[in-house]
Amino acid sequence: MNWLLDLTPDEWNAVRLSIKVATVAMLFSLPPGIAIALLLARGRFWGKTLLNGLVHLPLILPPVVTGYLLLITFGRRGPAGAFLAEHFGIVFSFRWTGAALACGVMGFPLMVRAIRLSIEAVDRKMEAAAGTLGANPAWVFATITLPLILPGLIAGAILSFAKAMGEFGATITFVSNIPNETQTLPSAIYTFTQVPGGDEGALRLTLISIVISMAALVASEVLARRIGRRMDIE
Amino acid sequence: MSLLVDIAHRQGSFGIEARFESAGRLTALFGPSGSGKTTLINMIAGLVRPRTGRIVVDGRVLVDSEAGIFVPRHKRRIGMVFQDARLFPHMSVASNLRYGRWFTPAAERYADMKAVVELLGIGQLLDRRPAKLSGGEKQRVAIGRALLASPKLLLMDEPLASLDEARKAEIMPYIERLRDETKIPIVYVSHSIAEVARLASDVVMLAQGKVAAFGPTTEIMRRLDLLPAEERGEGGAVLDMKVLRHDENFGMSVLGSAAGEIRVPRLAIAPGAPVRIRIRARDVMVATERPTGLSALNILPGEIVAIGRGEGPTAEISIDCSGSVVLARITEQSRQALKLDVGGKVFAVVKTVSFDQANTGTGLPVQADI
Repeated sequence: MNWLLDLTPDEWNAVRLSIKVATVAMLFSLPPGIAIALLLARGRFWGKTLLNGLVHLPLILPPVVTGYLLLITFGRRGPAGAFLAEHFGIVFSFRWTGAALACGVMGFPLMVRAIRLSIEAVDRKMEAAAGTLGANPAWVFATITLPLILPGLIAGAILSFAKAMGEFGATITFVSNIPNETQTLPSAIYTFTQVPGGDEGALRLTLISIVISMAALVASEVLARRIGRRMDIE
Repeated sequence: MSLLVDIAHRQGSFGIEARFESAGRLTALFGPSGSGKTTLINMIAGLVRPRTGRIVVDGRVLVDSEAGIFVPRHKRRIGMVFQDARLFPHMSVASNLRYGRWFTPAAERYADMKAVVELLGIGQLLDRRPAKLSGGEKQRVAIGRALLASPKLLLMDEPLASLDEARKAEIMPYIERLRDETKIPIVYVSHSIAEVARLASDVVMLAQGKVAAFGPTTEIMRRLDLLPAEERGEGGAVLDMKVLRHDENFGMSVLGSAAGEIRVPRLAIAPGAPVRIRIRARDVMVATERPTGLSALNILPGEIVAIGRGEGPTAEISIDCSGSVVLARITEQSRQALKLDVGGKVFAVVKTVSFDQANTGTGLPVQADI
């Protein structure tokens, strides 16, 4: 069993990096995810179908295409990349931040879908009742809507996290496969499979990958059940 | 308190055009479903924006389409109790009750948590979740939640409609207390005569989106022709009386007014207190001379002031008993046999047992000045 836990420093780095990238991708996706889900669930505006299509694009495009699009937009010489680097000092290309961006974008449709569904299930009469009690729209959102969609939020966040843990195509296209910087678990596993004698390392990382994903799933289930019990919606 | 509503609205094929002004303590918007009463109350609450018109509460303009005024719902300080309670499922009863308090400026908070909890008898529910409450309990908590936001006006949209008879009887006294013991004016939407006759000081009768009649409850309830078809059997005179004394031997209460004395099953209301009764027209018999050898205890002398054609074989006789009008629904055959006509002296006969919980209740304090 020892070979299982005896990870090389590079492997540990890949595990740590993967968790960091997935967490950052999930957290930074949440605010825009909620905003877009709200727009899609409740907004009535011209171009809603277009927005919906755009959000879902990463789901239907080959990941390599998404990665390449990110490269030409957020790369050093891409319009968005150059702007962000110049004004905010944020650099994506060949950095772990770029991996997080790629993972966030790939998980975004899944997150938005889950949140949107939960928003559509919210009884808007509850919000009207809160309004008559003196709560302005922002307070209504914070005290009624947000708590009621919490299970959907958690589901969306976990989906995004899980997707980020497994993201490979867009990440490797956008930020390559640099150990300690952009080499996440899937990239590391891929690298192992490309060298002779790498089977053992690939299997180790595969098992770790399974454990992390399962843990995230179980945690979300427990959390959702606890919230569900607390709310007891009839 | 004064409430002015003068609006015109269109929603699909359904149009509303209503104007009324009320200073009553509990104004009922009464009419069959589809008459526009819920839309109207939603406009007062700010949940629906009328196409054109004005809504003014206590001199404060909430809606004025010409001046471009539309005060959003959260700034109106108007409480609302919905038919479906709408308690927040993710909060305890106590948190639900406290919700509106947060948003009420401290200087304008007049509602006291302890007093409201006691008024509604919800003290033992505070730690529970809404899902664990019965329908009647939910509705009481919903009333408390609206009250604790210290509203200037309380709207109630069919608060009893989704409850069974036992639950209705459970809540009705609380609404009576609300009406009599607090200073908040109430607008109450209902399609039930029993509720309106028992609770309302004034009635706005709605039919097909228009105000069919408006006035004090005792006057409006006489207009049997205006009643929704399914409620017509419940129609009858509403009398404001006083408890004179209790007859403990027979378990009855004796009520009095200018019309005379009426005996009803024992009420839990102290002598001297006002009481309101509804005498269903179908429960009233008419005699041309004072009947003897009759089991009915209530015999009121009076004079026929109007005769209307009722549904089917019936005639509706209005009998003025010293200022209070009692309605009787009898067959046209009996009317002709007894030669009943306007101006005729008759006796209205009502059985004591025709009174029950549904048609007796605490009366409004007489000449309340607010």
